Amino acid sequence: MLGAEEMTAIWLSLRVALVATLVALPLAIWIAYLLARKTFPGKQLLNGVVHLPLVLPPVVTGYLLLVVFGTQAPVGRFLSETMGVTFAFRWTGAALAAGIMAFPLMVRAIRLGIEAVDPGLEEAAETLGSTRTRVFRTITLPLVLPGVFAGAVLGFAKALGEFGATITFVAAIPGETQTIPTAIYGLLQVPGSEPAVVGLVSVSIALAMGALLVSEWLARRMAKKLGRA
Amino acid sequence: MIEVTVKKALGQFNLDARFSAPQGVTALFGPSGSGKTSLINMIAGLNVPDSGRIDVDGTCLYDSTTGRSLPVRKRRVGYVFQEARLFPHLTVLRNLRYGGTHDEAQVIKLLGLSDLRDRMPANLSGGERQRVALGRALMCDPQILLMDEPLAALDAPRKAEILPYLARLRDEVSVPIIYVSHDMSEVAQLATTLVVMESGRVVASGPLAQVLSDPAIVPLVGVRSAGAVINATVSGRLLDDGLTEVAFSGGRLLLPGNFGSLGQKMRLRIPAQDVILARSRPEGISALNVLPVVVKAIEQGKGPGVAVRLQAGDDMLLARITKRSAGRMQLARGQQIFAIIKATAVGREDISL
Repeated sequence: MLGAEEMTAIWLSLRVALVATLVALPLAIWIAYLLARKTFPGKQLLNGVVHLPLVLPPVVTGYLLLVVFGTQAPVGRFLSETMGVTFAFRWTGAALAAGIMAFPLMVRAIRLGIEAVDPGLEEAAETLGSTRTRVFRTITLPLVLPGVFAGAVLGFAKALGEFGATITFVAAIPGETQTIPTAIYGLLQVPGSEPAVVGLVSVSIALAMGALLVSEWLARRMAKKLGRA
Repeated sequence: MIEVTVKKALGQFNLDARFSAPQGVTALFGPSGSGKTSLINMIAGLNVPDSGRIDVDGTCLYDSTTGRSLPVRKRRVGYVFQEARLFPHLTVLRNLRYGGTHDEAQVIKLLGLSDLRDRMPANLSGGERQRVALGRALMCDPQILLMDEPLAALDAPRKAEILPYLARLRDEVSVPIIYVSHDMSEVAQLATTLVVMESGRVVASGPLAQVLSDPAIVPLVGVRSAGAVINATVSGRLLDDGLTEVAFSGGRLLLPGNFGSLGQKMRLRIPAQDVILARSRPEGISALNVLPVVVKAIEQGKGPGVAVRLQAGDDMLLARITKRSAGRMQLARGQQIFAIIKATAVGREDISL
């Protein structure tokens, strides 16, 4: 049912989604903290830019990525010349596209989590002699972990399923940029490939369910630890 | 010694307060919204004044003329919040140690925390939570303790559970305490200095007994809260009647209940509205306590009330009667009269052993 090409697509998808989530997560926590706790000029603009991938057609996001990070584009060329990182038509590009599409979902979930933490606890920690950094590390972050997990799982699931921006930016090159959704789409164009499609669809469903269950379990464990269960 | 002079425009009014507090417990008393919490938040650095100066034991925490404003973490204040604000993801012990481990063994013993060490905050009662919050504040080795209505969220039995700890703290730890409250019986039990606030201003301040026996204080603290505080000693017990006799410089008083041990010192609040005055020693009345007193001052209120300051021995009492009675009795300064106090007028919450 699942041939070598399908297995490659599955592993690649997992790698792309995992890398996208892990790289985007710290940035998402930082942006969520800024949006939840700070007031600064341009806050609404930042909020808008972060949410843009959620409302733009994915094809447009993919096109914009191509314009900015393509091999001939200024940023893309700069990165490839100075750091040797190329995005266009590479799996790293798929991860970038997936990360950007997943980013607003992660920020939203984490921001909700941070807003649920009583700022009074942070004040109390400060009166006890803590620097802002220590307050964040020892109070805010541990209390917001359920939100961070929720955001990470949501982001991972979104990254796993990303289609439009990915296919526009990096196409669907088997073994390099062909993820589960683009593989399913490709197979659907070929007559007689239903078994492979069913296999990939099943894996998709299983991965999504698995991610949800893991996040539920983690959230419950956290709640228990906080004595709220 | 704590010296505070601050101004700040707040929503409904301007906070414009100046007070100084010696060692011991300084109570900030006033109705909700009079600026008490804003004031101690300024001492803690959680709130920044528009102008002024704050000194604690010779350390300047804030001075608008030099632009100095120490960050919260460097002020070394132990802040006990009304809602405890324990960190919900840390055990009691880790909460206690969050700000430091100063005098850990002594603090745990003083506050009776040893059995709670491994519990999570969610599994503590309200009273236990406040004790942990207090311990946490003490263990960061503060140079001043700030308490914002630490008992307001507790019911009467829980309050009675915590108050002795606070009294022990006052007597055994040499850290000055600023105690915010709108409950006069709490203040009367704990405070050494009283600062009365109203609409962002300090309207009276000084040693507790002195401020509370000033007749002019009655309209400021409210009729129900007015009443002098005296120091007394347990001098006898009427077991059959369930009464305790206490002695003070002005005589002896019978109070309901069995409390304290013989010779034990105590502090007593006598509500001004429960003191009756008579020109001659009354006979055949139910009230158990009749004290000879001298009228020292009479203060006319805006309404129908009059506050009278009375000297009983070396202590001062305060009575609140109507203008009409004062006129009928022809009360005048220097007059020798009698104060009548029902035994039941002094409740258990007015006594601190």
